[in-house]
Amino acid sequence: MLAFILRRLAQAVLVMLAVGLIAFSLFRFVGDPVLFMLGQDSTPDDRERITRLLGLDQPFYVQYAKFVGRAVQGEFGLSLRQVQPVSKLFVERLPATLELSFVAATLALVAGLTMGVYTALRRNSWLTQFLLAVSLLGVSLPTFLIGILLILVFAVLLGWLPSFGRGETVAIGWWSTGFLTWSGIKALILPSITLGLFQMTLIQRLVRAEMLEVLRTDYIKFARARGLTDRAVHFGHALKNTMVPVITITGLQLGAIIAFAIITETVFQWPGMGLLFIQAVDFADVPVMAAYLCLIALFFVVINLVVDLLYYAVDPRLRIDRAIATH
Amino acid sequence: MKPRHLLAAALIAFAATTHAATLRWGAQNDILTLDPHSQNHATTSSILQHTYEGLTRYTKTYAIEPALATSWQQISATELRFTLRKGVKFHDGSPFTADDVVFSYGRIMQPQGTMQVYVGSVKEVKKVDDHTVDFVLSGPNPVLLRNIADFRIMSKAWSVKHKSENVQNYVAKEESYASRNTNGTGPYILKTWEPDKRVVFAANPDWWDKREGNVTEIVYTPIKADATRIAALLSGDVDMVTDLPPQDVTRLRGEAKLKVLDGHEVRTIFIGMDQHSGELKYSSVKGKNPFKDVRVRKALNLAVDREAIRRVTMRGLSIPAAIMVAPGVHGHSKDIDQAHALDAGGAKKLLAEAGYGSGFEFGLDCPNNRYVNDEEICQALVGMWARIGLKAKLNAQPMATFIQKIQKFDHDAYMLGWGVVNFDANYTLQSLVRTKTTGADGSFNLGRISDARIDALVDAIKTELDVKKRDAMLREGLVATRDNYYYVPLHHQLRPWAMKKNVTAVHNAVDRHESRYTRVD
Repeated sequence: MLAFILRRLAQAVLVMLAVGLIAFSLFRFVGDPVLFMLGQDSTPDDRERITRLLGLDQPFYVQYAKFVGRAVQGEFGLSLRQVQPVSKLFVERLPATLELSFVAATLALVAGLTMGVYTALRRNSWLTQFLLAVSLLGVSLPTFLIGILLILVFAVLLGWLPSFGRGETVAIGWWSTGFLTWSGIKALILPSITLGLFQMTLIQRLVRAEMLEVLRTDYIKFARARGLTDRAVHFGHALKNTMVPVITITGLQLGAIIAFAIITETVFQWPGMGLLFIQAVDFADVPVMAAYLCLIALFFVVINLVVDLLYYAVDPRLRIDRAIATH
Repeated sequence: MKPRHLLAAALIAFAATTHAATLRWGAQNDILTLDPHSQNHATTSSILQHTYEGLTRYTKTYAIEPALATSWQQISATELRFTLRKGVKFHDGSPFTADDVVFSYGRIMQPQGTMQVYVGSVKEVKKVDDHTVDFVLSGPNPVLLRNIADFRIMSKAWSVKHKSENVQNYVAKEESYASRNTNGTGPYILKTWEPDKRVVFAANPDWWDKREGNVTEIVYTPIKADATRIAALLSGDVDMVTDLPPQDVTRLRGEAKLKVLDGHEVRTIFIGMDQHSGELKYSSVKGKNPFKDVRVRKALNLAVDREAIRRVTMRGLSIPAAIMVAPGVHGHSKDIDQAHALDAGGAKKLLAEAGYGSGFEFGLDCPNNRYVNDEEICQALVGMWARIGLKAKLNAQPMATFIQKIQKFDHDAYMLGWGVVNFDANYTLQSLVRTKTTGADGSFNLGRISDARIDALVDAIKTELDVKKRDAMLREGLVATRDNYYYVPLHHQLRPWAMKKNVTAVHNAVDRHESRYTRVD
């Protein structure tokens, strides 16, 4: 078990190095940050001086090696746009992104599961037809459009919810949370729906399909023959056996939720890491972009690891196979 | 400060003054730092001016008036003596003296900052007594008083106490205290800055001047996405938005709860042409450069239907231009800024005279995320020039890559917009028309225009202190640029603001909303 975790962590480091390398080779094409820093009035001498000061005149692999050397010590340098430590900028924005992703993922999972099970069990009810139609919309509409539509309806026309931002937040140490104020909770609703809608419909469709598959198997028929209640058959036997693919997809999608929060955060002016990244791209702020990409890669890798470990917990067969294999 | 305390502070402020009001102001960008000497960034300057002041400041009509200095006099052509305002206190209660001016000069000049341009020709600042300083210049500078409006004064004692004597360095590990805290003399005290969320100010009760408006609290919110910013205004989450997407302006005008405040920006959008290379890089004409021929440049000018661009592409939000500076800039005058009407026939004839009767092909570089409808304007130009047989090959790119390309002179023709931060036309002439040397001379003369007469004018204007003579030379420079068709000026951009009906604000041509003028009833 420990060896397995260590092996996965070693792979994680390789993945992140690769991400960093690709990112750095691309940064040469995003433009020259020095021009933005110094403005249009700068003299060529000034530009050259700052370029050299920042080490931007060196080839990208040298810049990359330096970046890795510093990153290993937890040092990501200074943002060129804000002239502040990159690590500080991320720490400030991390709570916003994680809270939004957490709510969106929970929403997607709970609503997706419920709707998936319902539509599988009551295949012909009108509510099922309605939910399937809605889920089709959820899969096909782009995120920014959903966000803008929600803003239009709930903020502009109805005036129930705020159109942007995070509301009031309460600081607990360095973590700023929106869960403890009424305006913070209200502000979470629209962005988390926007962010989680795609995943919700995905989970719903997946659960439904798996559930229909499982309900046709012999052991379900046998369970019914044993005279078990519907409840025990559906939730004790059928649902449990649909969970393995659902966990895989949910896990991977959680990474996607955090990474694709970029769009939702931009639409809702959500002060998280995605918004920081988008602004860094506009400015060609290399340290922030590099740190963001590595951080997202880290999230993906860690989530995958957790998913792998969850398999063990959910599916006893894996444990047995492994036990046999090692003997 | 926690939100709860803020609310309490706002309530106390409300109780104290009868007309207290909060202004919730939204715009696209967040500020970069709270350090007034660090970043030459438009939004940052426009926010920080509420807290930090200079010796001079602009009036509503962009004239210069005393701020932290009460008066000044020329001792010699290169020496200026400022009498400082007495009784002014920084927000922490410490008094403002000559030491702070000397200190701030040393600080803004530090190479890691990007604001030195505002004290450009100042060689030294000398303390005479506690309330008098002398500025020693490297040469006569008629726009000094304008430039130093953006040279903002910090407290020496406070900076020393918080180890912020130095502007944040890009390679330093420690963050400077002054980039996250303020202590100015201005009309508003900065309470909090939560990046990407809001900047909150409260009125400074001990300010030396009187606020015209009644705004006692400002909540500035950056909202990056255009649609969200407008939605926030429509839903009442903000009171005022100072940068509107042009396609939404008509709709906002029809909104009963809102009003649109029209105003122009001192920014002129134009096309520049390579007038230096022996042969254009992307053209069908080989062995010579057609843009060196004034008739070709005039033809490009005559073929542009500026009225159509105003009406269709800009939806009414532009003023067709003939000269390279916008109304509001010192040197601009309506009589020399009468835009050419469309004259395709005349343009064709000129091309034929120049020997290009069958037209030719050339490259046109455009930004696509910098100016209002930049790419659409270029597309319109391609169509207009096609009518006289010229085939422009459009290459629209994001500003970050576009600007690199054109600064390497890798272009035939390009679109650019030029704003005038100090409201003086020589800024444009010097940057765009004067022969390129080092420094600010010809810094954005990317077509490498070289005209000995204009060079002489620009250099004379730089040091001419006689206003009348200087104005005459500015006019000559602008007209010479126009009549030699060194550029194809398109239009001056308009920048309307939108706000709730109960808000009264004074428009500003460089997007610097000053809350001290603003009323919320």
